[in-house]
Amino acid sequence: MAELLRVNDLETQFKTESGVVKAVDGVSYYIDEQDIVGLVGESGCGKSVSQLSVMQLINPPGKIIGGQIIFEGKDLLKYPQHGPEMRSIRGAKIAMIFQEPMTSLNPVLSIGQQLTEMLVLHLKMNHEAARQRAIELMGMIGIPAPEKRIDDYPHHFSGGMRQRVMIAMGLSCNPRILIADEPTTALDVTTQAQLLELMKDMVQRFRASLVIVTHNLGVVARYARRIYIMYAGRIVESGPTKDIFGTPRHPYTMGLLKSIPRLDEEEGRKLVPIEGLPPNLINMPPTCAFLPRCSWKIDRCYKDPWPGLTPVNGNHFIRCYADTREKKN
Amino acid sequence: MAKKEKTSTGDGSTDTGFLEAPPRANEWRRFSRVFFQRKLVVFGLVVLALLIICAIFAPWLAPYDPYVGNLGDSLAQPSWKYLLGTDIQGRDTLSRLIFGARTALIVGFGTTIAAAIAGTVLGLVAGYFGGIINMVIMRAMDTLMGFPMLLLALLISAVLGSGIQNVIIALAVATLPGYARVMHGLTLSVRENDYILAERAMGANNRRIMANHILPNTLPPMIVLVTLQLGSIILAEAGLSFLGIGIKPPGAAWGSMVYDGYRFLLSSPILSFAPGLAIMLVVFAFNMVGDGLRDALDPRLRGII
Repeated sequence: MAELLRVNDLETQFKTESGVVKAVDGVSYYIDEQDIVGLVGESGCGKSVSQLSVMQLINPPGKIIGGQIIFEGKDLLKYPQHGPEMRSIRGAKIAMIFQEPMTSLNPVLSIGQQLTEMLVLHLKMNHEAARQRAIELMGMIGIPAPEKRIDDYPHHFSGGMRQRVMIAMGLSCNPRILIADEPTTALDVTTQAQLLELMKDMVQRFRASLVIVTHNLGVVARYARRIYIMYAGRIVESGPTKDIFGTPRHPYTMGLLKSIPRLDEEEGRKLVPIEGLPPNLINMPPTCAFLPRCSWKIDRCYKDPWPGLTPVNGNHFIRCYADTREKKN
Repeated sequence: MAKKEKTSTGDGSTDTGFLEAPPRANEWRRFSRVFFQRKLVVFGLVVLALLIICAIFAPWLAPYDPYVGNLGDSLAQPSWKYLLGTDIQGRDTLSRLIFGARTALIVGFGTTIAAAIAGTVLGLVAGYFGGIINMVIMRAMDTLMGFPMLLLALLISAVLGSGIQNVIIALAVATLPGYARVMHGLTLSVRENDYILAERAMGANNRRIMANHILPNTLPPMIVLVTLQLGSIILAEAGLSFLGIGIKPPGAAWGSMVYDGYRFLLSSPILSFAPGLAIMLVVFAFNMVGDGLRDALDPRLRGII
């Protein structure tokens, strides 16, 4: 499959009073056409910021200070943030939906007004055609009697239904990529499963790629083809989903997987938390950011700077010196 | 692309099993219940209705010409001929009062509309863009706010001269910062909402976000502010006219009527009392209606009243 988006060495920083926060520090990844990619990490590891950077939605004091974002052969970072080029990409070519369905819709506009707005803006539809299309989209995402519900307001909808509307809004202009930033975090587990299934079906139907940003490995396990694990603003492990879950190689990924229960494992296995807290992103040492919490550390980790992503097996990369195959602790 | 999906419409709607939406509380019914249940609000509405009728139909309602008096009937006491008596030039007080309603309404609405539109735009732009734009606009507003409203209006009318247009300009400039400040604050809170970020992620430009998404969310408090301000504008206009820099005689304004009558306070008290009472009633009515609107529009009071 052809490559759709490539991010090279993206760096996004926030200037704060106590110092410069390197929220995203040299992140590189790619998305193929009709790909489903998972971006996993804990709060504050830069996964959302990296996605907002792709959309150039970083506001001061945040700033993208380096890297390339190649989309359809052009570097998006060459375009001014508020310029017409970026505006015609946002929503139309790369769409993004957010975590909080309860607040992601404008409370004073009807669902129909919000769904048709982008159709009129990007696809230059007239209002009648846009309304028909919006009703169609609401049918596709499973809202019953869409021709009646289209004039409802967001507070008439439940959280799950609102997130469905967000998915419909995201895909309404046939974007190439849909970025879902923690799309199911605010929903209950049953609704989560329904929505993930719906999202997968919808991006397939629209022939779009999907980026799922989440802190929940379970969310991406079933749907993502490839997974990127982020820690402290960097990608620490990347590879096909099968490899990440089957043979994780970075100590952080291994720790994450040990800390969550799995259905396919022996009973009575203890869940092992990762000790400590994620590091403060101000004044990061040149050495591995995971070092203080790592149970695999070797002498070299203290001496040499954090290594780059090195292949361990085909398409599977890690950012670590230790040979984590050796022992099982 | 739209054609391609046509064939598959409705596929996804099969197995989701949402229940029918619950019956909705009718927003308008809730609003009118809260709004009309208070007797003072209804009283205020009646006063304002009378005021508006007087203002529109002044030439037909007024028994006499408000500007030309009959000197032979100078300072007449209230009688069946002159219900509220006449002033020194023999002009009918009731007629002048009715025409004064026109002045009060024109100044009240003219000023409020001008100040509210300008203040809203300034506050919205300042709050939305922040940074240097915010600094320039809001510091200018602070400077204007530093002067007491009436003093600033006095100054501006002294420079521009009297006349209804200049009164409107003076009062509008004096009340502008209030609207700008409130709008600025509302914008700051609304623009942080997720739906604004979502809107930007959909490729909307700044103008669209401000006009379609922020402005509608700020309207209820702004409407209340406008209603409450109407009363104080009418009061301020009366004050300016009383001081002789508002609407000049022979123009009929309640404030100048109070001033003109005040020399005859002992012999013909009705000359000052009638317009004074009119000012009081109208300001009271506007405040009551504004209060009622606030109670009815404030979402935090929903369910309490």
